[in-house]
Amino acid sequence: MWAYEKRLQYPVNIKKSNPKIAQVIISQYGGPDGELGASMRYLSQRYSMPYKEVAGLLTDIGTEELGHLEMVGTIVHQLTRNLSMEEIEKSGFDKYYVDHTVGVWPQAAGGIPFNACEFQVKGDIITDLYEDMAAEQKARSTYDNILRLVKDPEVCDPIRFLRAREIVHFQRFGEALRLTQDKLNSKNFYAFNPSFDRCSDCND
Amino acid sequence: MMNNKEQMLFDIGIIDFVLVDLMEYLDTHPFDQAAMDYFNHYAKIKNQMVKEFSQKYYPLTKDLAESNKEWRWGSAPLPWEGVC
Repeated sequence: MWAYEKRLQYPVNIKKSNPKIAQVIISQYGGPDGELGASMRYLSQRYSMPYKEVAGLLTDIGTEELGHLEMVGTIVHQLTRNLSMEEIEKSGFDKYYVDHTVGVWPQAAGGIPFNACEFQVKGDIITDLYEDMAAEQKARSTYDNILRLVKDPEVCDPIRFLRAREIVHFQRFGEALRLTQDKLNSKNFYAFNPSFDRCSDCND
Repeated sequence: MMNNKEQMLFDIGIIDFVLVDLMEYLDTHPFDQAAMDYFNHYAKIKNQMVKEFSQKYYPLTKDLAESNKEWRWGSAPLPWEGVC
């Protein structure tokens, strides 16, 4: 189960609204490489992880990603507070506004709604860990792209924090892959799928 | 300038970040004694700070939300509105 702490993982205090940049950053809320996909990916992959330390890592990183989802939602919310109708029309925010007013809804920057097909649960530990490592790099690239577009230091600061966490999580998943391969047949890592196959000489 | 409440919440954020980062590190390095010592040290400090903050200002977790007359958990500020 989960317990909520009534604070953000890292402070977000944006005073100046900017609906144009909010439409870009919302991609990390519900886009293809966003935090919703990240948390759902790790929290869903846990069940078919044959090794306790890897399942535990997925739980802990998946939980941190929920905190990142809250941070990105906060950034979008603070960037769209107190907008005038003129600002909404001028910034191109009108297409989002017509469906959601200034609520925060999971979609990509291009307007595509969040979809579970943004991530995979393959039920194979090697496949899933490679996906996780790729996902961290894709999110890191997205934050790099966002940082090229954002000028406001109050927005850059929490985005930089989130970007740095992608790199740390990539490292941790790499270590989880090494721990996994140490338990497998070094002559053929794919001899069997430890998430599924049950045989006497593949259980240690 | 941050006031005392904001400063305390900021410090709790820093200490909790140490714990989150160490937790994930220890998940893949479960026998690193130095990392565990570090974790144990900061876990104690964080627990004390969260308790103190909850007594002085508002509860950060439901377990610290013991209330009288007014439900303190419900009247705490919302994290996404800024400052905290």
